[in-house]
Amino acid sequence: MTAPAPAPVADESRTVDLLRFATAGSVDDGKSTLIGRLLYDTKSLFTDQLEAVEAVSAARGDEYTNLALLTDGLRAEREQGITIDVAYRYFSTPRRKFIIADTPGHIQYTRNMVTGASTADLALILVDARKGLVEQSRRHAFLCSLLRVPHLVLCVNKMDLVDWDQAVYERIADEFTSFAAKLDAPDLSVVPISALHGDNIVTRSEKSPWYDGPSLLHHLERVHIASDRNLVDVRFPVQYVIRPQSTTVTDYRGYAGQVASGVLKPGDDVMVLPSGLTSKIASIDTADGPVAQAFPPMSVTVRLEDEIDISRGDMICRPHNQPTPAQDIEAMICWMDESRPLTVGGKYAIKHTTRTARAVVRGLQYQIDVNTLHRNEGATELRLNEIGRVRLRTTVPLLADEYRRNRTTGGFILIDETTNRTVGAGIIREAG
Amino acid sequence: MSQTPTYRVSHLDALEAESIFVMREVVAEFERPALLFSGGKDSIVMLRLAEKAFAPARIPFPVMHVDTGHNFPEVLEYRDRRVAQLGLNLVVASVPEAIESGLVREPADGTRNRIQTPVLLAAQEKYRFDALFGGARRDEEKARAKERVYSFRDDFGQWDPKNQRPELWSLYNGRHQPGESIRVFPLSNWTELDIWRYIARERIELPSIYYAHDRDVVVRDGMLYAVNEYLHARDGEEIVTKRVRYRTVGDASLTAAVESDADTVEKVIAEVAATRLTERGATRGDDRVSEASMEDRKREGYF
Repeated sequence: MTAPAPAPVADESRTVDLLRFATAGSVDDGKSTLIGRLLYDTKSLFTDQLEAVEAVSAARGDEYTNLALLTDGLRAEREQGITIDVAYRYFSTPRRKFIIADTPGHIQYTRNMVTGASTADLALILVDARKGLVEQSRRHAFLCSLLRVPHLVLCVNKMDLVDWDQAVYERIADEFTSFAAKLDAPDLSVVPISALHGDNIVTRSEKSPWYDGPSLLHHLERVHIASDRNLVDVRFPVQYVIRPQSTTVTDYRGYAGQVASGVLKPGDDVMVLPSGLTSKIASIDTADGPVAQAFPPMSVTVRLEDEIDISRGDMICRPHNQPTPAQDIEAMICWMDESRPLTVGGKYAIKHTTRTARAVVRGLQYQIDVNTLHRNEGATELRLNEIGRVRLRTTVPLLADEYRRNRTTGGFILIDETTNRTVGAGIIREAG
Repeated sequence: MSQTPTYRVSHLDALEAESIFVMREVVAEFERPALLFSGGKDSIVMLRLAEKAFAPARIPFPVMHVDTGHNFPEVLEYRDRRVAQLGLNLVVASVPEAIESGLVREPADGTRNRIQTPVLLAAQEKYRFDALFGGARRDEEKARAKERVYSFRDDFGQWDPKNQRPELWSLYNGRHQPGESIRVFPLSNWTELDIWRYIARERIELPSIYYAHDRDVVVRDGMLYAVNEYLHARDGEEIVTKRVRYRTVGDASLTAAVESDADTVEKVIAEVAATRLTERGATRGDDRVSEASMEDRKREGYF
């Protein structure tokens, strides 16, 4: 290949890491203003985007430039002034690159918020300082804890409208902290901000001398996420078997996949599930040559020393640290189908790691009220956006871990076999 | 937990790993995937990722070019060379042939962007492709910001943005009925700058028009359009020679150039990092039609 490009510059492409965060809060809490502010202050907002928003705002007779138009990309959203679905936004600083999943706040779009939170390293929950915590703030915190978003940041916004009163901020922070304690929420921070005026967003504001924490961006840039990965339990779901049919490469058999957790090295003893056969890692290949180790989220190709029968849906792990092959699964399910509820006896396709099977609902222990956390034990079905604890039986064993230990091997989706729609998201509590 | 720096993953490595995962997932689950290859920078990066995903084996699917007939010769030449290098099977879905056969009608203004869609769908049907990889990125445009990685399309290739499948973790649902299909966007989370940094890092060759060169252009709607056989100067428009490069490569009758001296990948990266205009806003006449023109085209089956 003739390469006009000279040797790669020693730029940040090797050093800057990636943080995915979800934003939650209603339109009135200033979520779009906050996102607009972050994009604007990091110079990630483009002139033509801003001009388009200004023009539309003016045409609609808005009194100010409506930054929500930046994030609400669908005509229906702009017409109704609400966020229906997740929008993804991108910005970066010299330290980090960010992906924002801007999620809808309304309860009828809970499933879309769950979608955005499922891959987030961090979630921002916005509240209006004048209103304090509302039902929605608690619901968002609950959903974030259910999906084990490792870091939560409560942004107490519109502090300018309460004259930067420390007492107001403390009251909201205390109330949220005690609520979060019930949730088994991981790392929690609270920041007083004014998204509209940019206080405590990029730099610390002198309006809150009583606040000794970092600005929001400073926190986003430095929050430690490397340890959120599970580097202990080796889990390598096999995606695809690479067997070149060529005269130059002969007898190559590699198992392609993305490391879900743990660290793999050549020479390691491994066990393949569900067969239980053991072997050693001969090499870990990439298109750029073999590597000395593989860890999440690397996509690699593993070759073993022995010829054993392995196919998509199998999992490579360590002989003394394995997931539980289980056909009986206890899980929290978020139901996402508007046409039909989840019922006991319902049969669905289930997708877990790279393995697809069928599942039947054996029992529904309770439905949980996402606003009060009250457990309704008499529930007989789960309707759209409802969450409940369910017992499933699958046609083949899933190679499962508890979700709290492993977001990749602990999550699954349910698919309606008639409509092919994704109807449920599952979070494994117990496999056995 | 270990905090050794050896377990660091740069953002480009993370994006690359995610894209490779998506491509392997599609090949494992679909019968007949194909990759939409235009010779533009995004599909070139996508092709490199496909190479990496299946090495040392060859890319296990064909590539398809939806050819409007309005091509930059440098891009066509690049396309054919790259396809030959990789030993790929190339399918050309030709808009001029479709006009000839009466499948579509040439619009009065001569722009062929909108009539690409039926041609794409006809080719997809002819070859029974059940998944098409596209190089679209969410940062390009506000309707694309709403796209899933697996974008479900009905029998008519239509996208229904209010009725998208939830997409959690990295569990993609590609199930569909015969006739329906999935568009897959492995570059969903890449930005224009990521694409350029990757091109630099991987030393990927691009068609020369991505780098600064002298070209005869006219200024129209505040944009610089190359004068060629598909685009002529109108009355009152003056043809001037400017040093330009292309930020996007599309239909030669619609795609504008930007003034630039960036003749190396490093200079392009510096320019992209400092620009205040999105690539489509700066260069694509087709997105300026209305506030929701992309959303409307996607609903009709555009990628």
